[in-house]
Amino acid sequence: MAIECLILGAGQEVGKSCVVVTINGKRIMFDCGMHMGYLDHRRYPDFSLIPRDASEDFTSSLTCIIVTHFHLDHIGALPYFTEVCGYKGPIYMTYPTKALAPLMLEDYRKVMVDRRGEEEQFSSEHIAECMQKVTAVDLKQTVQVDKELQIRAYYAGHVLGAAMFYAKVGDAAVVYTGDYNMTPDRHLGAAQIDRLQLDLVITESTYATTFRDSKYVREREFLKAVHNCVAGGGKVLIPSFALGRAQELCMLLDDYWERMNLKIPIYFSAGLTIQANIYYKTLINWTSQKVKDSYATRNPFDFKNVCKFERAFINAPGPCVLFATPGMISGGFSLEVFRQWAPHEGNLVTLPGYCVAGTVGHRLMSAKTPTQVNIDQNTQIDVRCQIHQLSFSPHTDAKGIMDLIKFLSPKHVILVHGEKPKMESLKGKIESDFGIQCYFPANNETVSIPSTHYVKADASSTFLRSTLSPNFKFLRASSGGNFSSDDMDMIAKPVLQVCDDRIAEGILTTGRYQNPKIIHLKELVLMSGEESHKLQFALCFPARITKMDENGKLIPLAQEFVPSLLHQLFSKLSNEFSEATIQESDQNIQIESFVVSICSKEKCPHRVSAGPHDISEAVYFCCMWSAADEKLGWKVISIMKKLELSNG
Amino acid sequence: MANSFCSLTSLLLYPSTFWLEVSLTDLQHYRSILLKVEDFSLFTLMKFTCLSEGKGYHFPPCHILNLCGFQLLFDCPLDLSALSVFSPLPINLSSVPDQCTSVCTCETSLDSECGRKKKQKVEKLLDASSLIHAEPWYKTVKSLRLWNISFIDVVFISSPMGMLGLPFLTRNKDFSAKVYATEATARLGKLMMEELVEMHKEILQFYGPQESSCPEWMRWNEIELLPSALKEILSGRDGEDLGGWMPLYSAADVSECMRKVQSLKYAEEACYNGTLSIKAFSSGLDIGTCNWSIISPKQNITYLSSSTFASATATKFDYNALHGSDVIIFSDFSASNVIDKKDDYNGFSPGVSKLSGEDDDRESITEFLLNTDELAEESDKLAFLCSCTLDSVKAGGSVLIPIARLGTVLQLLEHITFSLQSSNLKVPIFIISSVAEELLALLNVIPEWLCKQRQDKLYSGQPLFDFMDLLNEKRLFLFPAIHSPKLLSIWQEPCIVFCPHWSLRIGPAVHLLQRWCADENSLLVMEEGLDANITFLPFKLMAIKVLQCSFLSGMKLQKAESLMKLLKPKYVLFPEKLKQIESCLRSFSCIYYSENETFGIPKLKDCSEVDIAIDLACQLSHTKLGKENVSVARMKGELFVEQGKNRLLNGNEHSGSSQTRPFLCLGGVNLQNLLTTLQKKGITTRVEDVTTTDGSDKTYLVHVLEPKHALIEVSAARTKVSTGDESLSSNISEAICTILNVI
Repeated sequence: MAIECLILGAGQEVGKSCVVVTINGKRIMFDCGMHMGYLDHRRYPDFSLIPRDASEDFTSSLTCIIVTHFHLDHIGALPYFTEVCGYKGPIYMTYPTKALAPLMLEDYRKVMVDRRGEEEQFSSEHIAECMQKVTAVDLKQTVQVDKELQIRAYYAGHVLGAAMFYAKVGDAAVVYTGDYNMTPDRHLGAAQIDRLQLDLVITESTYATTFRDSKYVREREFLKAVHNCVAGGGKVLIPSFALGRAQELCMLLDDYWERMNLKIPIYFSAGLTIQANIYYKTLINWTSQKVKDSYATRNPFDFKNVCKFERAFINAPGPCVLFATPGMISGGFSLEVFRQWAPHEGNLVTLPGYCVAGTVGHRLMSAKTPTQVNIDQNTQIDVRCQIHQLSFSPHTDAKGIMDLIKFLSPKHVILVHGEKPKMESLKGKIESDFGIQCYFPANNETVSIPSTHYVKADASSTFLRSTLSPNFKFLRASSGGNFSSDDMDMIAKPVLQVCDDRIAEGILTTGRYQNPKIIHLKELVLMSGEESHKLQFALCFPARITKMDENGKLIPLAQEFVPSLLHQLFSKLSNEFSEATIQESDQNIQIESFVVSICSKEKCPHRVSAGPHDISEAVYFCCMWSAADEKLGWKVISIMKKLELSNG
Repeated sequence: MANSFCSLTSLLLYPSTFWLEVSLTDLQHYRSILLKVEDFSLFTLMKFTCLSEGKGYHFPPCHILNLCGFQLLFDCPLDLSALSVFSPLPINLSSVPDQCTSVCTCETSLDSECGRKKKQKVEKLLDASSLIHAEPWYKTVKSLRLWNISFIDVVFISSPMGMLGLPFLTRNKDFSAKVYATEATARLGKLMMEELVEMHKEILQFYGPQESSCPEWMRWNEIELLPSALKEILSGRDGEDLGGWMPLYSAADVSECMRKVQSLKYAEEACYNGTLSIKAFSSGLDIGTCNWSIISPKQNITYLSSSTFASATATKFDYNALHGSDVIIFSDFSASNVIDKKDDYNGFSPGVSKLSGEDDDRESITEFLLNTDELAEESDKLAFLCSCTLDSVKAGGSVLIPIARLGTVLQLLEHITFSLQSSNLKVPIFIISSVAEELLALLNVIPEWLCKQRQDKLYSGQPLFDFMDLLNEKRLFLFPAIHSPKLLSIWQEPCIVFCPHWSLRIGPAVHLLQRWCADENSLLVMEEGLDANITFLPFKLMAIKVLQCSFLSGMKLQKAESLMKLLKPKYVLFPEKLKQIESCLRSFSCIYYSENETFGIPKLKDCSEVDIAIDLACQLSHTKLGKENVSVARMKGELFVEQGKNRLLNGNEHSGSSQTRPFLCLGGVNLQNLLTTLQKKGITTRVEDVTTTDGSDKTYLVHVLEPKHALIEVSAARTKVSTGDESLSSNISEAICTILNVI
């Protein structure tokens, strides 16, 4: 069994996220985004690559579509795919995503059609019909898509309603992170996920090599830049996505205005962002704990200092702050205002942390003012205003990615949504730090990885019980002869270590007419109907005993020394076998199944010849051990044979 | 050891406290038994006890289930209808002069005289003075007190009502259980408990702090004097209920309780101790109410609380998620209320008539389950209530609605505001509750817990409920208490008031009813289930119109039956009470239960299932065994129990466990076979027959002559090799192993 991962978008780039994962025959499309930087066929993922039979349509070749959040590079192609390409199967997203996505899509459609005069890719009706097919899910809710496929959303913190998705088919499981943020934000919490057993994690890697410090420093910089500008009578243009960033920055400014007692107006450009606040108010449970806690008194999305912007205000005198869409100044109202405000030195334009290549925002990022920017083939603008780049981003940094991967410890990692050289270095880090295999395929490539699979078997109660019963072992930390090593070691390790490794040992039986079943060793005898047979070894051999007195005379062995001989043997052996369990009793010493005692028989059948010594004087060790400990037995005997025991 | 196992299995059938005592007597085995107890937990039977059947919506049932050795408690409600034995606060002293004086005399030092006076009466007639004039106590599930709280492992809360008694448990220092509730239930339950504490505070201020732990009215001689109707509520038929009464918990107890609740989303998977995988699924009854699915390695269990297929406000009943349960605990007693009304049970039962195909069957059942008759019936009721309300206000009377069903209240509120507007009436609506403001704010931010129609409001960018507009338009007013200064300035009659408490003993409802009870134009809307004789005792001159209404609070029996057919469990635990009216044809076996009766649920499987990791399974070397051609392989791994599943994974070899594994030989050693095998290995032998002294077992002695001397003793059950040479010995044992089946 294998998991196949076809990267339709966001492979070694940012934009049009779309990954088709096939797990044990179930095919899931994660995200269905569009690329903001292209206007031709490249803006959509190449859906024709989705594996399917000639007669099959998309509905039968895909089990479901999962959308992680409402940004266009994750959802922009969805109405096109469902309404134009004809996918009719289930679509899953979180409640906020379902609520907010139509606004984003509609805004985008308007920009495309009304402003740029392009032929529309999908209509408003298409958006509405597409959203009808969406099933909204709550965080951590386990959704049974069909008998085998199970999905679950986890909080991702990137924007309101952003989620990482867990998908499981049989024993194989995958997490697709979408975009996420590992540090809490002014209005959203940090990503949160359970420790899961995963075969694959597909993670974004926008900031694959960046390590960011505290956000508060960056926030202060932003507020200072805005304050300086308005204090000097300038106008501030904050192009932003209608949702998410706008609310976050607005909370920041609203709070700052309150504290500094500023009266300069803050405007929201269109009805869109004001309306978006209603959604934020209803969906307050999806924001951070801090925001939630404050809501009992006042909903934090009721901004005090914010009012609606009229087109006539563009050239009105006096300072102001304006939020306008779209965020990357790729067209629409933000571009219109930008044209008017950019030529004046006192004004300020903030840019989001990331701008897609091809947008005005992207061109401004690399430029130094004053400069000239081409908006289209015919228009060029003198940019003299200040430009402030927002460096706090709702994406995780490299540390966050590494933390997540370490926490989840999947068997494989695939990087998407990043830049190739950075992904390459992150891949190296993941493989060297965690020993997890990592890939960063380009668009339209497929990666295949093995998937986990379990064999189902019945288990008898006796077996299960045996696995649960304690299995104490007493280990001697220091073995004999080690006394020369420094004493510090001895103190550090206790002489006796107790360990309790519960090992499941059993017999797997498979018959033609029955399920595989695990039983306990004892049960096998009963089951097979055959007698058990013992295979044992025995050996009786003379002990080597020094029987000299100080004058070198032989001393006859007295019977009362026999127990002491055994004890001497025990102390020697216990030095040698620090790991095995050794037990001593009056009669014998036992190591596992190996039993040694002093042979009292006149004529032992297991006795080997005594050698040169006087037979009647010799003391014999009689040993017996079972076949399981064959090797151990011989090891003990070889040690015993080397031993010299003293008599007295 | 085998012996101690046997004794233990029998011991475990007794209540757990008992067998511990027994094992203590045998100190030698005490240790070993203790070690084994947890192991056995996996193998004991499932035991079920119904602690209380409850009383409908406001007092849900309460059960204890022992599963996999864990003690699970379902719900911890309060019987607030029992508050009716207490007298409400006499707000207007002149209206209840006699009671007041009697209370006063008891307070002063004329105690003895007062007592004597009471003893003289034999049984008082049921009137306002026979109610108990004291700080009310609250009636909990009495049988729960008989269980050792420290032995409860998990508490499942299915509805906000099932939570009201929880602080009594959690404030006990021995309480260590994990409490699960849905997020909405937890938040609504918290508000309900806080409201209760707040309402009780008013009474507390009147009576002052209580000194003795056992109040006057609880003494037997006092109880004996009560009219029998009150006596029965207070102490039950044979006096056993008296132990269930508790003085109310404090606000601190409530917040402490909330800290112990783990809240879940619908279908969120929680794992208790690795063994139980727990999920809550919507029951459709009201916002946040749920059924529980519990998956253990041996059994999958569903706890089905009161569920409705027609939910107008809450998320709809998610019954499809309950597929695949072995056992369903059917705990919806709502059908027992309609036993008398047999008329609506006229035997249409799908699946009986249609047995053609499974899928057809399924479809027809689903269709039957989802028919909207109930929904239509409910909205008819609401429309009727609404028209009565309008009639009253038109006639100049006020309307008091002390109903506590959130879903119903919300619908009613919407209906009434709509009809007021459409008939152009300017009548204010008041909601008076200490938690009203927080409750309405909460309702507007929980789209995930509401029905599809409400969720559509979210998608179209509207608030979920229109409270904000109503408040802004000054058609709806919220007040924390009846004595709020702002209320007094705004107050106008006629008006419509939603306020607690439905028992008509505590809260603002008491004051308003006392004000309006003599007005024949006014209207009181209340739920069915209260005994009107007792409830209205303190309110003299009841001229007010009373509308008692029963609302849907569970599923009808035909639907229950069809649902069981659809879900196909192996066993259904069914209330004995409902036995008489359910019909026969069933694909599952029913076990009937009644209050305070413990029984075991038969074992379903002999063995548990284990998942073996594929890498471990690939390492196995299989041997064929015996005539039946069973393939046998020895395996070793580490067993993990997680999310209700046993998993056998490749164990990490500990350095200490490097010993060779014990092996098992099956079969016998055939002498002739042995000699030939030895010969092939170049070992020459001489055989000698020996019969052991006891004569039972024939033993052969095989003397090995070449290459070195050795002796092999062969008997039926044992072969012993003795030689001083290691390589020879291993050679011989190899030869023997080829003859035996070695595993």
